[in-house]
Amino acid sequence: MGHPIVFLILATVAVFAAIGMLTSRNAVHSALYLVLNFCTVAVFYLVLNAPFISMVQITVYAGAIVVLFLFVIMLLGADQLPKASSNGGLQYILAIFATAGLATALILQLSGFGDGTAKPESALDASPEAIGTLLFQDYVFPFEITSLILLVAMMSLIVFKAQKRKKQDG
Amino acid sequence: MQFVEPTLNLSVILPIIILTFSTLLLMFVDFWVPDERKDITGWLSLFPLGGALTATFFQWDTIKGAFNSSVLQDNFSTYLSILYLITGMLSVLISIGYIRKRGHGRSEYYFLMLFSLVGMMLMGMANDLLIVFLALELLSIPLYIMSGFDRTDLNSEESALKYFLLGAFSSGFLVFGIALIYGAVGSTALPDIAEGIATSGTVGLAGIAMLLVGFMFKVGTVPFHMWTPDVYQGAPTSVTAFMSVGAKVAGFAALMRVLISSMGSMDEKWIPALAVIAAATMIVGNIAALTQTNIKRLLAYSSIAHAGYILMAVTASTKSDDGVGAALFYMMTYMFTNLGAFAAVMAMERFSGNKQLDLDDYKGMGKHNFAFAIVMMLLMFSLTGIPLTGGFVGKFYVFKTALEADLVWLVIIAALTSVVSAFYYMRVVFNMFMFDGEIDMPTVPNALKLVMAVAAIATLVLGVLPADWYTIAQNALMTTGG
Repeated sequence: MGHPIVFLILATVAVFAAIGMLTSRNAVHSALYLVLNFCTVAVFYLVLNAPFISMVQITVYAGAIVVLFLFVIMLLGADQLPKASSNGGLQYILAIFATAGLATALILQLSGFGDGTAKPESALDASPEAIGTLLFQDYVFPFEITSLILLVAMMSLIVFKAQKRKKQDG
Repeated sequence: MQFVEPTLNLSVILPIIILTFSTLLLMFVDFWVPDERKDITGWLSLFPLGGALTATFFQWDTIKGAFNSSVLQDNFSTYLSILYLITGMLSVLISIGYIRKRGHGRSEYYFLMLFSLVGMMLMGMANDLLIVFLALELLSIPLYIMSGFDRTDLNSEESALKYFLLGAFSSGFLVFGIALIYGAVGSTALPDIAEGIATSGTVGLAGIAMLLVGFMFKVGTVPFHMWTPDVYQGAPTSVTAFMSVGAKVAGFAALMRVLISSMGSMDEKWIPALAVIAAATMIVGNIAALTQTNIKRLLAYSSIAHAGYILMAVTASTKSDDGVGAALFYMMTYMFTNLGAFAAVMAMERFSGNKQLDLDDYKGMGKHNFAFAIVMMLLMFSLTGIPLTGGFVGKFYVFKTALEADLVWLVIIAALTSVVSAFYYMRVVFNMFMFDGEIDMPTVPNALKLVMAVAAIATLVLGVLPADWYTIAQNALMTTGG
């Protein structure tokens, strides 16, 4: 897992990018923070010896998905969010407690103080070839279900789009 | 890494293959069906269901795994598949005339319903959290669209949007839970999780908690039920009927498989949590239903309450041998009764002006249409749990299994809330028989009459002669095969 300093720097950037995304009032800034977060995560994958996943992370998430976000934001002109309507401090407090609890659990376990047995697998082969083999060997059925889900999603879009057109015609 | 051809064992997923491919075929056939006669597609969609149902019947009593045991075929999954397919057939029957008017005759409705059924069947068979998640998405996405199928109706759009947002949110919880469990155990296969979960520490526990939250959203139990009334009320009634039975039963199916076959060793951790949720669900569902005046909203709260009773059986399932059987039997009675009740609601519903969905609209029904009123009464009796109806027997077995599991306090709450539920179900019956009123009932299509008759007969048979049917449910055991 690379040098600890590399990890620390990347982790700091990732966490601050995530916080920046949540707190920014400008939707475009939020999306850009998201890109930064995705990119740091991609570097994580690279450090973890998984170049393929790293590239997929950049092309799919930082590329396609964020571009889609930006398109929607700019098309709708929703780049300035209205002032947040705070629904009480209780929600914040609960959220902070839940996050802190989960973080403690994860830290305790992963640093070995917990009672867990989880260990990160270091010698994982994450080359494109290995992933392809895995996908068509162990995960061929989930792969097929995904294709069905995509078909349904496509059909759904047609249902909504076509009905809209009918309405405009009529 | 050498590519080894996976063992396919396609016979396990034969019903799913039949259903999927004949639906794809139907989509082609639909090209030649003229726009104004899309009812034909509806009738044709009974064939994929029939084919899959036939194939499923032949699977009874064989236990097999496929794709590295990520999907399993055992009596549990076979029983559930039969339930879903019957739900599908009855739902198609009640939809045909209704969708012509309210869905503007679009035939995609039937394809979406059939694909959703594929997802449901996979939920019962999934032996791997990855498959559980994908099956859940495959069953949910069509339902989001179907609840917004009437684009001219704002309520329908609101229903779709709410369902979509909360559904996506709950999927997020589910995936987070799966990720944590994978992190703790190193696998998503249920047999591997069964081995490793007991020593997985806090991360595993957090994973289980997240997973449960995701499931509880899907089946609509308190405090994750907020979406249910709005979604059920706004969606076209045929969709409400379909999802109040299918999605709920499928959610419970995967929940049972995951809890029992992979987390049975942790049951002292999740039994208290589920027992409290079940109690809260029965209390809130039944009490909130008391004040409803809209029958769809009333049935929505009633379905929340029924989720509580099913959850009670699930909670008892590791301590009592009959827990799974009781839950499965309850699902069968719930399926017939609820589909029948929604069919009755649809028989009264109109599409403009006064939609005739208020309880007051049923005043005087006893004089106007006696047969309809009697069937409705029977279904309401069954939902309450009055003897000689399926609902009573279902509740009886659920209570019995909970007693065997030493959940006495939960049974007391369940019995008390059942009494409370009598108030609102009986209000429908009183309105029909004790009051006079003008009834302006549209002519009831034959398909609706058929579904109501089937529901009434099934409710009576399950209530009067439950023994054989209960034995079947008891035999629908799940294997923990690896």
